[in-house]
Amino acid sequence: MPANRLLRGSARQISRAPSPLIAYAAPWVTVALASCLPGWPLISMAPIMPPLGFMTLLAWRQLRPGLLPVWAGAVLGMVDDLFSGAPFGAAMALWSITMIVMDLIEARFPWRNFLTDWLVAGVFIAAYLALGWVIAGHSGGAIAPALVVPQGLVALLAYPMVGRTVGLIDRWRLMRFRVLG
Amino acid sequence: MAPPGNRRPGYSRRAHNNIFFAYVAAAVGTVVGGALLFGSMGNTGNFASLRNLASDVTQPAAQLTAQGRSAAGGAWGVAAGYFTSGPENARLKKEVALGRVQAVELAAVKQENERLKAMLGLTSDTPKPIAFGWLVASTSASARRYATISVGSLQGVKSGMPVRTHQGLIGRVLEVGLHSARVLMITDPESVVPVRRASDSIPAFATGKGDGTLQLRLLTLGINPLKVGDAFVTSGSGGLYWPGAPIAVVSSLTRDGAIARVLGDPAVSEMVAVLPAWAPGDDPTLPPPADPVKAKADADAAAKAAAKADAQAKATAAKAAKQKAAQ
Repeated sequence: MPANRLLRGSARQISRAPSPLIAYAAPWVTVALASCLPGWPLISMAPIMPPLGFMTLLAWRQLRPGLLPVWAGAVLGMVDDLFSGAPFGAAMALWSITMIVMDLIEARFPWRNFLTDWLVAGVFIAAYLALGWVIAGHSGGAIAPALVVPQGLVALLAYPMVGRTVGLIDRWRLMRFRVLG
Repeated sequence: MAPPGNRRPGYSRRAHNNIFFAYVAAAVGTVVGGALLFGSMGNTGNFASLRNLASDVTQPAAQLTAQGRSAAGGAWGVAAGYFTSGPENARLKKEVALGRVQAVELAAVKQENERLKAMLGLTSDTPKPIAFGWLVASTSASARRYATISVGSLQGVKSGMPVRTHQGLIGRVLEVGLHSARVLMITDPESVVPVRRASDSIPAFATGKGDGTLQLRLLTLGINPLKVGDAFVTSGSGGLYWPGAPIAVVSSLTRDGAIARVLGDPAVSEMVAVLPAWAPGDDPTLPPPADPVKAKADADAAAKAAAKADAQAKATAAKAAKQKAAQ
């Protein structure tokens, strides 16, 4: 893979640096893109797509703690609110709380591995979908709780894949293609 | 994985402040988000302009994927057609032969219908679509059922207009952007459509269940006369939805109505037509509304009478007071 070769110490790395703009903008852009992505591939009659924006946020937070600031949840949640169909402010509040609680969890359990990350993300996704269901019910769209369960299972199973994709983007983010001097 | 070391910033006061203010900003974000959420709970139309701006901005990309989706569906249909073409062809030939006969009969009926309508002085009630567009996106990850269409106020779309595919009603326009609009689909739990059974006009309400089916609730309680397979069309009562648009077919019965499968499945057809909102006043078969001038005159007369009565009461009260004073 060319990206891989660039990262390992080949001659093409010398006097090259990653672009700071891409390095810092990538997580913001990917989360915002993932927020509007689930609506595009199909016009669905039931909630079936996983909440990709939220999962991408979790994945970035777990892969690179500190890269997204704690307040990023509010800004990115606002973007998600524009596309998600939930009443405005839902993702803004829930994503902010997520970022703060993730910080607390990280301080309490600093040593992590794949399984604990998946478990933590699974709990967050389940809580997020459940609260989203409650909010939708209170704003006039009460649906049977069983309709959200398949979506939760899909999201839970898809989370490692989202994490992998975020990992790929992270590698691309830090590629050294800016020639110095 | 080792814990990150960025939680202890050393002696730098600036680094301490940065961490502190980041937490403050996150807390403020939570509070502001909660307040906005609380504010838009009752009124989901809040921040519609922001949403419309966002859908206008993402509309080209969404339309591209919609066309790709449609092409992929078509390609799949072509590939699947190779395996079933033989029997399908024979069946279709039979259907066409039958259809030709029925078309002739239909033309005759139509002509007769037009003649009768002309005799009664009725005008045709088929709406002329305002605009045609694509279903470009939907809220697939949410419990709510909204869709985005690729036409907006520039094409003459206004809030409240019904949207349909060639198969049936999809929903109504909720918020309008410049070249995109947000549609509340009939399968959303908030949507209520007045319907009637196509065969004998039993009235009912169709409410979305959020999973692609509708809950039909009959207006008349008692014995449930519905059967599986009954077709329902919009009744047009109350306006908004044009009467006679096919909407759903009963798939199972409940105690006070039925569960119905939606006919205009948006996953099948992505081209939609936006129709003008229907006002019941446009229907020439209905009696005309009360004359506003006469109604106003009536109201004025009533007010005058009330004032007169009031004045009389006052006069008698004053007389009584005078008499009291004289005594």
